[in-house]
Amino acid sequence: MNPEVLEDTRWTGDSPAHAPPTLDLSRDGAAVWVHGLTRSFESGKKIRKTVVAVDGIDVAIGRGELFGILGPNGAGKTTTMKILTTLLFPTSGEVRVAGFDAVTKPREVRRRISLVTGGDNAGYGILTVRESLWMFSQFYGVPNKDSRERSELLLDKLGLREKADERINRLSTGFKQRLNFARGFMSDPEIVFLDEPTLGLDVESARQLRAFLREWMAEKAGQRTVVLTTHYMAEADELCDRIAIIDRGKILATDSPHGLRQIVSADRRVVIELDAGTPTDALARIAGVRVIRITTPSEKGTIAIHLGVSEGRAMRQVLDSLMVEGRAVHNLSTHDPSLEDVFVAIVGRGLNEDVGGDA
Amino acid sequence: MTDGRFEPLVTNLRAAWARAYVRIFAASREPSWILTETLLPVIGMCAYVFVYRALGAPRAFEAFVVLGGVMMAYWLGVLWSMGTQFYWEKQDGNLEFYLMAPCSRMAILTGMAVGGVVMTSLRALSALALGLFVFRVPFDLAQGWTALAVFLLTLGSLYALGMCLASLFLMYGREVWHVAHALEEPVYLANGLYFPIRALGPWGFAAIATIPLAIGLDAMRQLLLGAAAAKPILPVATEIWILVGAFFVYLGVAVAMLRWTENQGKKRGTLILRHQ
Repeated sequence: MNPEVLEDTRWTGDSPAHAPPTLDLSRDGAAVWVHGLTRSFESGKKIRKTVVAVDGIDVAIGRGELFGILGPNGAGKTTTMKILTTLLFPTSGEVRVAGFDAVTKPREVRRRISLVTGGDNAGYGILTVRESLWMFSQFYGVPNKDSRERSELLLDKLGLREKADERINRLSTGFKQRLNFARGFMSDPEIVFLDEPTLGLDVESARQLRAFLREWMAEKAGQRTVVLTTHYMAEADELCDRIAIIDRGKILATDSPHGLRQIVSADRRVVIELDAGTPTDALARIAGVRVIRITTPSEKGTIAIHLGVSEGRAMRQVLDSLMVEGRAVHNLSTHDPSLEDVFVAIVGRGLNEDVGGDA
Repeated sequence: MTDGRFEPLVTNLRAAWARAYVRIFAASREPSWILTETLLPVIGMCAYVFVYRALGAPRAFEAFVVLGGVMMAYWLGVLWSMGTQFYWEKQDGNLEFYLMAPCSRMAILTGMAVGGVVMTSLRALSALALGLFVFRVPFDLAQGWTALAVFLLTLGSLYALGMCLASLFLMYGREVWHVAHALEEPVYLANGLYFPIRALGPWGFAAIATIPLAIGLDAMRQLLLGAAAAKPILPVATEIWILVGAFFVYLGVAVAMLRWTENQGKKRGTLILRHQ
């Protein structure tokens, strides 16, 4: 990526409303600016082996962005996050976070960021939820009054109010995860790094966290930045302004969810449910129409034809063809290519087809 | 967040207090803690007192045991609650929180130390109360304030040593458990917790060069027992200077070791990965 101040011309308006129309992706202006980042680990005691976890990453994340890093286990997501949050040195490359060098000015970076990793690690089990939030805020020097106000707000927003005075070791895993998430916002950071924050969470809790995240970003639009790694396509699609697809330590594509779909195809996906045995040759012959797949007959005796339709005129021809031939159309739906389609096309395998532990 | 040039200081003080809070207030919520921290530790001390009584030893020996029992509590605190603490924090996944925070690691260790001193003091007070009110050991409180100052100085040196151990143990991972055990019993002996350290001969002097426990204990014995403190190691004034020096040396070493350990961990990736 060319690290210059540039206008994000790919912005399509389908992302959350808080996203700014222009992004400063310059070395000093970006929330996160990474150039040539590489990180390798030595493993094995007798036979030394070098494992390259991150392999020459270039990325710039603008202030006010909700940026997703999507990749399978072992892709290098977590290693990248640890480097960005000053917990690991890079083997080579330059890393700037909030305008400061993450290697030489870690304290300046730490004052402005927080990290939430997935799981239920929420501090000391003997503390209450309220005490735990207070304790974490103190490590960032937050005055008691601000700490109280923030914790009360977070208790409400994240559904922790009823558990506020309960000891952490008596909380369920879901509540511990919510607390862990809340902890990351106690210092009112400029940039929040979320490493698989909804991993293992129930649907309702995950929805609540996502809603909070959108609200938090909107509160100070253009000033707050979130960098999110996730396994969940839907989560990345729903939340992120831009997504980087990472695999084997390399970033393979970076764009808005809409832009990424364009990489796969400009087609719209059309699914038509017809009676089994209906000839489909005529549809395949229409210019601008691709038959992607035809399902096997269902119990109802119908088949679903998945088409890629490139233009409106072709869609009209599809409908005309069906009407002329008097076919019974049980259902018809259209949608954009999914991120799953994008991921498979770029990486060459599905997100859940792992190649090893996460680096 | 506080602005201005005092911001780092304020942040570190807040961090230290928050970490101390966990120990001082939260830890006392476990009822079993009262039993394990106050009643059980004094049992061993009683055994020594009864042995000395059975042998008809001078009463000052009982005072040695009581003072040793008090200081032993702090040594255990330094070893297990300071030295090994960062290692446990890493195992529990809390170390990452500390490494990510803008406060100093020394602030966190100071919080642990303050919390540890407060908590251990309950144990130490139970030993002292037993000595004063049950065994009626003959302490001379004429130089009580000086003895108190020496006691605080000894604690300062001990906990500074604990900070060094915290970095060391963090670096050596799982072996920490064995190292801490290895330092437990020999230190009781080498520091003469239950007997006059002169009995150890030249080895006694060697021991005092590394751990400030024996020096502090010897100074307090001289101040609280007077002439009864047979054959002190060094004059009290010299011992005070040694304690002051030990405090600064250990503190400096702790700061350097923490920085080194953190940098090594960031290079190797060992601080953020559990079980390494």
